[in-house]
Amino acid sequence: MKYFGALVFFVWLTVASANTVDLVVFSDPAYHQRYQQLITELRCPKCQNQNLADSNAPISLDLRAQIQQLLEKGLSNHEIEQYLTQRYSEFILYRPEVNQKTYLLWLSPLLILGVGFFTVLSLSGRSVKIKNAHTSGMPDQQQVADLLDDGGQ
Amino acid sequence: MNRLALFMPIILFLVLSVILLLGLDKNPTDLPSALVGKPFPVFNLPSLDSENGLLNQQDISGEAALVNVWATWCYACRIEHGMLNELASSGVKIIGLNYKDNQQDAMRWLELRGDPYVFSVFDAQGSLGIDLGVYGAPETFLLDADGVIRFRRVGVIDERVWADEFKPLYEQLKATSE
Repeated sequence: MKYFGALVFFVWLTVASANTVDLVVFSDPAYHQRYQQLITELRCPKCQNQNLADSNAPISLDLRAQIQQLLEKGLSNHEIEQYLTQRYSEFILYRPEVNQKTYLLWLSPLLILGVGFFTVLSLSGRSVKIKNAHTSGMPDQQQVADLLDDGGQ
Repeated sequence: MNRLALFMPIILFLVLSVILLLGLDKNPTDLPSALVGKPFPVFNLPSLDSENGLLNQQDISGEAALVNVWATWCYACRIEHGMLNELASSGVKIIGLNYKDNQQDAMRWLELRGDPYVFSVFDAQGSLGIDLGVYGAPETFLLDADGVIRFRRVGVIDERVWADEFKPLYEQLKATSE
């Protein structure tokens, strides 16, 4: 009982510090999830291989703040992506839209899978052929048995 | 057919090598410019000396001009400044966009190094920067007389860059607007 006050204090401390981790505050908690999704799928224009969420470049800070404002203004995810591609080009999208320029990119996994599939198919076909070649070259089982029988007598 | 299959790995290797070799020449920090061919974005910002009231996009059109994004925290702008002074004295209209800077520092910078700008727009928050797709200073935009962005360069303008990338287009734009 003596330490109850201390216990309450420390519990309060952890809860309070957990709350301060998140610095971005939205009027509607639903925005927060969309914000997280957007900043992980958008690329920092300055630092090449980081998304906006991971980057500490000044431009990323600015763009995160801008995205927050646009969310509060009620823009959809798609509208926010459009807003940014109009300024920073499609470079900024880690998940580019499917269009004439990107269909090869989107289809390439399927294409590579297809190439692999046909390679495996043709290779296995060849090994079957080799096996057949071997079996046809082998003496007939009956003949072997006959020969062995002859030798035995 | 069998023979072709035999050479397939080396052919694939060569194709891949050529693709990678071509990739070496590309600069990964060169983003495609989303704004080339589009009008300069709408804005309402003070000038750096805060004397001309609010400036807007109409103040920068009228003749072919450069819009140069600069800041005192930008080391490369230091390197570029002499070239801009030279261009300004040879009659090129350059408008400054002071980007996310301290006003007093920026004024002192121009006193110290000379002021190549007709005027500088003061964008303390970087809002016009975002509308322009700026991701690092220095950046320079070439505008035609109608205020349409015709070319954009991220990085320092030196004599070679001016002669190769800007001058022909600038002179063409100047000739057509006269």
